[in-house]
Amino acid sequence: MSLLHSLLTLSLLFSSSLAFRSDELLIDDEEFGPEGGVQGHPKSPDVAQTRSSPPPTTATTTRKRYSDPDQDSKIHFSLEHAFGDSEFSSAGTFTARLKTWNHGGQTLTKLRFSRNAFTELEKEKFKNVLEGDDFYKIRLPSNVLSPPGREFIISSVKARCLPREGLDEHFVIHMEGINILAVNYGSPGACPHPRQLKLPMKWSFNSHTVLKNTEQAQRTPIFSEEILGGEIGEGEVVMPPERSFWAKYWMYLIPLGLIVMNAITQAMNMPEEQAGGQPQQPGAAVQRGPPAAVRRR
Amino acid sequence: MGMRMAIRVFLPLLLLLASAEHSFSLYEDQVGLMDWHQQYIGKVKHAVFHTQKTGRKRVVVSTEENVIASLDLRHGEIFWRHVLGTNDAVDGIDIALGKYVITLSSEGSLLRAWNLPDGKMVWESFLQGSKPSKSLLSVLINLKVDKDNVILVFSKGCLHALSSIDGEVLWEKDFSAESIEVQQIIQPSGSDIIYAVGFVGSSQFDAYEINAKNGELLKHKSAAFPDGFYGEVLLVSSDMLVSLDATRSSLVTINFQNEEINFGKTYISDLVEESSRNAVILPSKLSGIFAVKVNTFSAFIRVTTEGKLEVVDKINNAAAVSDALSFSEGQKAFAIVEHADGKILLTVKLNHDWNGDLLKESIVMDHQRGLVHMVFINTYIRTDRSHGFRALIVMEDHSLLLLQQGAIVWSREESLASIVDVTTSELPVQKKGVSVAKVEQNLFEWLKGHILKLKGTLMLASPEDIAAIQGMRLKSSEKSKMTRDHNGFRKLLIVLTRAGKLYALHTGDGRVVWSLLLSSLHKSGSCEHPTGLSVYQWQVPHHHAMDENPSILVVGRCGPNWDAPGVLSFVDTYTGKELDSLGLTHSVMQVIPLPFTDSAEQHLHLIIDADHHAHLYPRTSEAIGIFQNEFSNVYWYSVDTDNGIIRGHDLKSNCFGVADEYCFDSRDLWSIVFPSESEKIIETVTRKLNEVVHTQAKVIADQDVMYKYISKNLLFVATVAPKASGEFRTATPEESWLVVYLIDTVTGRILHRMTHHGSQGPVRAVFSENWVVYHYFNLRAHRYEMSVIEIYDQSRAENKDVLKLVFGKHNLTSPISLYSRPEVIAKSQSYFFTHSVKTITVTSTAKGITSKQLLIGTIGDQVLALDKRYLDPRRSVNPTQAEKEEGVIPLTDSLPIIPQSYVTHALKVEGLRGIVTVPAKLESTTLAFAYGVDLFFTRMAPSRTYDSLTEDFSYALLLITIVALIAAIFVTWVLSERKELQEKWR
Repeated sequence: MSLLHSLLTLSLLFSSSLAFRSDELLIDDEEFGPEGGVQGHPKSPDVAQTRSSPPPTTATTTRKRYSDPDQDSKIHFSLEHAFGDSEFSSAGTFTARLKTWNHGGQTLTKLRFSRNAFTELEKEKFKNVLEGDDFYKIRLPSNVLSPPGREFIISSVKARCLPREGLDEHFVIHMEGINILAVNYGSPGACPHPRQLKLPMKWSFNSHTVLKNTEQAQRTPIFSEEILGGEIGEGEVVMPPERSFWAKYWMYLIPLGLIVMNAITQAMNMPEEQAGGQPQQPGAAVQRGPPAAVRRR
Repeated sequence: MGMRMAIRVFLPLLLLLASAEHSFSLYEDQVGLMDWHQQYIGKVKHAVFHTQKTGRKRVVVSTEENVIASLDLRHGEIFWRHVLGTNDAVDGIDIALGKYVITLSSEGSLLRAWNLPDGKMVWESFLQGSKPSKSLLSVLINLKVDKDNVILVFSKGCLHALSSIDGEVLWEKDFSAESIEVQQIIQPSGSDIIYAVGFVGSSQFDAYEINAKNGELLKHKSAAFPDGFYGEVLLVSSDMLVSLDATRSSLVTINFQNEEINFGKTYISDLVEESSRNAVILPSKLSGIFAVKVNTFSAFIRVTTEGKLEVVDKINNAAAVSDALSFSEGQKAFAIVEHADGKILLTVKLNHDWNGDLLKESIVMDHQRGLVHMVFINTYIRTDRSHGFRALIVMEDHSLLLLQQGAIVWSREESLASIVDVTTSELPVQKKGVSVAKVEQNLFEWLKGHILKLKGTLMLASPEDIAAIQGMRLKSSEKSKMTRDHNGFRKLLIVLTRAGKLYALHTGDGRVVWSLLLSSLHKSGSCEHPTGLSVYQWQVPHHHAMDENPSILVVGRCGPNWDAPGVLSFVDTYTGKELDSLGLTHSVMQVIPLPFTDSAEQHLHLIIDADHHAHLYPRTSEAIGIFQNEFSNVYWYSVDTDNGIIRGHDLKSNCFGVADEYCFDSRDLWSIVFPSESEKIIETVTRKLNEVVHTQAKVIADQDVMYKYISKNLLFVATVAPKASGEFRTATPEESWLVVYLIDTVTGRILHRMTHHGSQGPVRAVFSENWVVYHYFNLRAHRYEMSVIEIYDQSRAENKDVLKLVFGKHNLTSPISLYSRPEVIAKSQSYFFTHSVKTITVTSTAKGITSKQLLIGTIGDQVLALDKRYLDPRRSVNPTQAEKEEGVIPLTDSLPIIPQSYVTHALKVEGLRGIVTVPAKLESTTLAFAYGVDLFFTRMAPSRTYDSLTEDFSYALLLITIVALIAAIFVTWVLSERKELQEKWR
């Protein structure tokens, strides 16, 4: 699957002139793209990559439902954009499958995105935004079934973060059922801080989209069988870390060592004294005179 | 030989030093050394004196902080005190049988009796009722049923009579079926009849006559008054009530004890010879006389025997009137307190004789206390057998004072029970040039103290000495000095209270250094209901503005609504003087302290108003200059809790259409919309702005490095299912969940999102460095839980290669842009926790090196310190040896509560609302201040005081040891010389 995916990416990257095909490729290919698998809470995000395609026919926000036997239906919702402080205008369309689960919950899977190419006017506006280091804004409806829902979800990025080879963009759409909570929009990679003014070579978007649902928190571990043991464990935890013998008793050991050393030197001295003293003993009376006389000198 | 001698001297000393090992947990005699605790009760709203019997004279009060307390009348100390829950407000208080304090609380649904001498609860009754209504409490002293006083309670549309011995309900009369709104329960003295009077609709007056013995309804009278009523009724004599008509222009007397209810109407303008608007009847219960507040004065109006009204006097409006007090056979008196240039005038008058003043005293009053709000009087027998009066007064700043014989006997700063916000200020630097005499004195004292301490250490001290040592430690002049200290332990805590008063408390002993009733938060014509919101550091001089005094900014608002205009006030923290105050033309929604200062070290602040305009302060061209440079880097967010939307903003341009260069328009950059049917925001937490992080890298067990994701722009948001946001047990585990988010507030990216199923609020959280700890309730496990999320930066994870570091191929020094796609990983773990939690905070130190402790305000109003290591997502059941060395604690399912780790030790901070931590200059130490109804301050060292000697370290002992060692060296040197000489002579 991932091989297929990367192959597609590669082929897309190398075939910029074949931009038309992307739309077709992505339609209704059941095997294509990872399914939003797990019941209720798909963990693997739904990734789709598209090359910008010519303006599709459905520019406005429309909703179509097919009565599939498996309760799936296709929906569209539109992306709108604004340059700096301008008004929002249509920029592309998201297409997704609405999956209805047995327990009544609805989630989106298989998100596709087709972006409208920039018109000349828009290109001009975008250039202005780039020059002013201003924001490029996008917005999505907060409810995909009845757009725009309660309010639009807005996200913006400094326009200078987008141009690379072409225009690279990355959407992470946070979903809660059929509601869009937030969209993280920006460049797929880094946006180094002193933002340089750089015009894109090609005015086509390279879009990456990811659908994200909430993660489940880990359950608190319960050590039920260890109720007694647990308490002892707590008691252990409370205790300060066990210190080594040296760390505990250094203050006694050092003087002890000194005493021992002292004793050893004493002991060393004693034999020396004895060793040196004994031969002298017999001739003590004889030898006493001269050295004393020497010293006196 | 020399060595041996040295050891002989050295060893015992060494052993002695070793035995004086410093203890790291608190011993009993260390209580009060570096902590202090102050008890308060809050602004008094009812007071009942109990002075009849011999023994302790006391006054029982109930306060706006829901405290019931018994105070010593002689000194103002608290005999006993009970802090009721936050939604258990006291409606009434009285004394029954001469030994029980009766309180009515929780909107009239709880009646309790407390034993007067010790405050133990005697009984408690729940009163049922269906309709919300006024809550009235009265103890019928005249009506005795088997030596039992009957307590009459009107609450929730129902009249209850209860026995004061055991709280048993004697009878009940339900008025909820009638449409009457009962205003008063009247019991004429010497009869068994009680009257319940009130209004039906706006213009009908009803009176019910009830037998007090059994609750039997005797009579029901009703009469309509076409002009309608305004406000409440006041009983002026045994058979007459007074009220205002609907237009508030005339007084209505109601005579209800006759067969028919009679109304009498008198125009106020006829009485006071002045046109009147918005007249109000003062609620003071006098008899035969009452007071009406008209325009700028209060008029005292007497009811003549014919039922006519006549004005007896007019006094200035800023006056308080007490209830009438009967002091001897049929005589009643009341007190009036007026203001007159810096003094207050206390007048006690006889009820029936306006000109017969029983008492007239004037008392000098600190003008920082504001106006008198309430007065309660009490009588006593003087030494010459005449009647004396004392008055308990409540001032505008919530302080409570007892006046007697023209003097203030005692006062209590009750404003400190309602702290709104806290900040700190440094103390002045110590001036050079201390006199020699002082030094000598100090030296002598110092030596004496150390000799005493030495005696204590060597266990030679007598009990008196020990007491002297303890006393010396407790009030060491060192800790309460008014100058900056080397360790940064001495600071000023600047607290803003609900009364609009600022206090500076000394961290050494908690005394009030200065207090200021802010004039900008004073009620005035343009500012009807001023409230203080928050305090910020305005000017923190260091470096080039050292000679200036630091100052703080107090932000307030002129009313309860969000869009009320704001007020700013600037206060010098050394002198406590208000430097300047500004009445703003815009409202205050958010105050953002910017990290820029001007040449006078004034911090730039951005205030966001309700129309999303940003206003820059201080309003100087220099500030504008600094701000313009950073214009495009200013981002902020706003949380709309009602709609469940979080928005990000930045600045656009100067305000459109307004000629104000300090005003800026904003625009929305991003938004996060939480689905209203499934999520409701209940908590948002950010990092502390002034938090210092020592290092971004965290070295883990296998010599690996993890990089903390440290951003000041992270926001923690917790949402719950709307169904589970209410009380406990309203939602099943299946329909409740808690979702937590980590959001970047510049770009609006959700960095982490996680759902706890079967959990609900309330959520208490703390955010520090790269982690969040939050506390919530797990419905499935029926237990409280705490979870931790730690967030790590993966984009820097490759910087482990030494070669890369050497050749500079790392990205550690490159600036971080939040517009880059974040590569973060979040780790999380949950644990059970026994307590429910009122507040959580974390210790903060000067450089952020010292390990952290969580300070948890428990439901028992104590502060528990919990090591952050217990909340580490890397804990596992069987940590490896390497992990153990690193300090990873084996995983347990619940967090341990170690009794010794209560920071408040045996004390309670009643009504705990917040904990503030401030770093000291000494890295190991943090200062913690907990406030609620009580105040508590202490100094903590989360990793023990590794960088300083403990307070009880005996310098004298060290000195003596050194001296002894030197002496020993000399002695042994002499000895060895001598020996050598002898040897040579041999």
